[in-house]
Amino acid sequence: MPMAGLVLVVAFVLLALLGPLVTGDPAAQDYLATLAPPSGAHPMGTDDLGRDAFARIAHGAQVSLQAGVLSTLLAMVVGIPIGLVAGFYRRWLDPIVMRLVDVTLAFPFLVFAVGLAAIIGPSLKGVVLALGFSQLPAIIRITRGEVLAVREMDYVAAAIADGAGDGHIIFRYVLPNCASPLIVQATVAIPAAIIGEATLSFLGLGVQPPTPSWGVMLTTAQQYLSDAPWLAIWPGLMIALATLGFNLLGDGLRDVLDPRSHR
Amino acid sequence: MLWFILRRCGSAVLVLFLSSVLIFLGIRALPGDPATVMAGQEASPAAIEAIRKEFGLDKPLPAQYLDYVGQTLTGNFGRSTQDQLPVADILAERLPVTLELSLLAMLVAIVVGVGAGIVAAVRRGKLADYVATGFGLAGLSIPHFWLGLLGILLFAVTWRVLPASGYVPFTEDPAGNLQRMILPALVLGTGFAAILMRQTRSAMLGALSADYVRTARSKGLSEAKVVGAHALRNSLTTVVTVLGLQLGALISGAVVTEQIFVIPGFGKLTVDAVLTRNYPVIQAVVLVTVIGYVVVNLLVDIAYAFLNPRIRLSGGTRD
Amino acid sequence: MSLLEITDLKVGFDTEDGHVQAVRDISLTLDEGEILALCGESGCGKSVTAMSIPRLLPPATTRLTGSIRLDGRELTTLPEPEMRQVRGKTVSVVFQEPMTSLNPSFTVGYQITEVLRRHERLSRQAANQRAVELLELVGIPAPVRRMKEYPHQLSGGMRQRVMIAIAVACSPRVLIADEPTTALDVTIQAGVLDVFRDLRDRLGTAIILITHDLGVVADIADRAMVMYAGRAVEQAPVAELFARPRHPYTLGLMNALPSAAVNGRLAEIPGMVPSPLSDPDQCAFHDRCRFAQDDCRASRPPLERQGDDHLAACFHPGGQS
Repeated sequence: MPMAGLVLVVAFVLLALLGPLVTGDPAAQDYLATLAPPSGAHPMGTDDLGRDAFARIAHGAQVSLQAGVLSTLLAMVVGIPIGLVAGFYRRWLDPIVMRLVDVTLAFPFLVFAVGLAAIIGPSLKGVVLALGFSQLPAIIRITRGEVLAVREMDYVAAAIADGAGDGHIIFRYVLPNCASPLIVQATVAIPAAIIGEATLSFLGLGVQPPTPSWGVMLTTAQQYLSDAPWLAIWPGLMIALATLGFNLLGDGLRDVLDPRSHR
Repeated sequence: MLWFILRRCGSAVLVLFLSSVLIFLGIRALPGDPATVMAGQEASPAAIEAIRKEFGLDKPLPAQYLDYVGQTLTGNFGRSTQDQLPVADILAERLPVTLELSLLAMLVAIVVGVGAGIVAAVRRGKLADYVATGFGLAGLSIPHFWLGLLGILLFAVTWRVLPASGYVPFTEDPAGNLQRMILPALVLGTGFAAILMRQTRSAMLGALSADYVRTARSKGLSEAKVVGAHALRNSLTTVVTVLGLQLGALISGAVVTEQIFVIPGFGKLTVDAVLTRNYPVIQAVVLVTVIGYVVVNLLVDIAYAFLNPRIRLSGGTRD
Repeated sequence: MSLLEITDLKVGFDTEDGHVQAVRDISLTLDEGEILALCGESGCGKSVTAMSIPRLLPPATTRLTGSIRLDGRELTTLPEPEMRQVRGKTVSVVFQEPMTSLNPSFTVGYQITEVLRRHERLSRQAANQRAVELLELVGIPAPVRRMKEYPHQLSGGMRQRVMIAIAVACSPRVLIADEPTTALDVTIQAGVLDVFRDLRDRLGTAIILITHDLGVVADIADRAMVMYAGRAVEQAPVAELFARPRHPYTLGLMNALPSAAVNGRLAEIPGMVPSPLSDPDQCAFHDRCRFAQDDCRASRPPLERQGDDHLAACFHPGGQS
């Protein structure tokens, strides 16, 4: 199963990176073939403006991948240092940070996204910020947990006793140990971000037309559900497959990298 | 126990305070004068001036914040810039709709998710387990707004057995209400059912292999009692924890589901407000969502403490 | 007729590494009021043998043949609903792990009354009263208060005694006690053994005591069976066994007792237990045995009479060549 997941993930990344090179212009309109069912010329059919659905799917994969990867990176860039600091300075900073993490852990990201969209206007930037923020608590928790665990280890305690600086401990011991759980976390965060981006764009709070996003495509599809049901099938199927791929891969990686989780 | 609840209440108040500050500053971070923002673009200078007075927008920021809190506590959220109705009245009309949807979805998720999780764990490695696990992965991977579109496509467009959208209050037409709510509730509930199923399954697997379950068997208890009382009781804390963690996702999900099925609830209000830059409404819905989130989370924490004698009796934390 | 009669019991498990044969051809009898000790290192099959009686092994992966008769009734083929009448009522178990064998989510009182209500059909009130008596019997102070407490509020020794209270609640005819004293300190140990003795004397309960502690065996057991690699290697009344151990493995276990220490050092038995995956036709103990000769490697010594009521499976019992 993890292999199937890997295949799906690789296929998704390839579609995002190479797909736009082989498909045509996602904005090109064919007025003679609007809402056309799948055919040789348009393998996934066309939308209400006669745009090729396959080209839009391929370009939409790029948006999805960007949202997934950028938001996760953002969360890591901000979250790892916070987690490190909280773990190292337990006395005064840790309780405050962990309290905040606790209360934001299940905070409805959509509320944050709504607020952001209201302030900076709906855009991919807002999507990435909102998604990145929602992933932050998990990243902080993981990093802090590793710091605490690593500091307990005998050889690290010995290094600290030898006068090793915090920087040395962080780069030599803590970060390498964080790698596994953070990779596993990424396989959870990226698909969540893919769905998040599609959701926000579907609602009109994310990526704006005419940029092809799977969520935007589904907004269009909803209006033509009875006339052109294929428009609703493809984007959703792509989201589901990409997400499924990451989930399967994540389940597999967790078994290999994270022996503490009993599943 | 009391100490535990007090601490949770304390952190709830902290969240509410921080959120109110964020919302307050957020509105003021918008380009333009807050009074104009609150009154809407087409408002007359007199209306803008009235808002400025009402919310004390000419005072310094801390004083403004206190005024804002005071107004909010008395239920004054201002007026919608779209139709000039008091925001509080709009909320009172929209909230019950979303509450019904969320409760129905929760019901679906708990019945299907916990049930399937128990069956999968008890029948581990058998067909039922594979079916449930497969369903769990699919439910986790399929975005529910797509599931909603597929549901409309199948039940409303192709088979024509359910209405595609719309809403009738339960008090006016109970049958019609449920008929329109069943598909949205199923759609919203499926993803949570999948998450609950996976967590219940793994918690039950752990419980079923625990020594105390063997003890229960050695007493000659029926399998129903061994599984239903001894193993399940210890898995329930997991279920409650997951419910708490998924709360935010449920709120987000309700917004999307209402959009798809054109249900005039709180979520639809939120999206429409953002799209029309109806700031008084945005400010209110965000605050109300946060309050709802904090209150339900507090309830989850208390339920968790009741289920776990360690916390109930010692006042410890759950980490 | 004996109370319990086990004949040619073989128990194996299907695992990811293949079939593991945990118990090979065990036969034993147990009379009313008798205390039988099963001894041996961990993994020798003593617990598996005992847990076969109330059928508490995982049914999906367990392969069991042979016969287990209780009062003449065959247990291995008994339908599950009838087996549930036996468990906790006729045959009950004290498990090894006191810390994890009680359910953390239920009160001590509930966990004791549960078995009383199930088998004795007592009212809630009567069951509560009986449970308090049981807690008193196993020597728990302030039993009325303890009834309302949860396992995590009790020490390990307390929990073990609650386990025993549950096991003896319905006055079982056979009590299986799996390392009941290992987790306890010495003073509590003696108290637990007294509870067992008292039970035997008052009700004629037969007890199967699983232990690797020969000190406990000498203290309380009437008869002992020493197991090695899934087989019985020696069986005798306790006095006879300690006076004239025949099998070199039994001898080794006795030398490992603290009282037998030479110059303050415990004698270890060198070498490792053979893998339960394979079973060549030879003495399983030969490569750890200082008396082993070629015949030990050529075929497996059968369990043979070595005097009155004394069985051993060795070609060179007591070290003779």
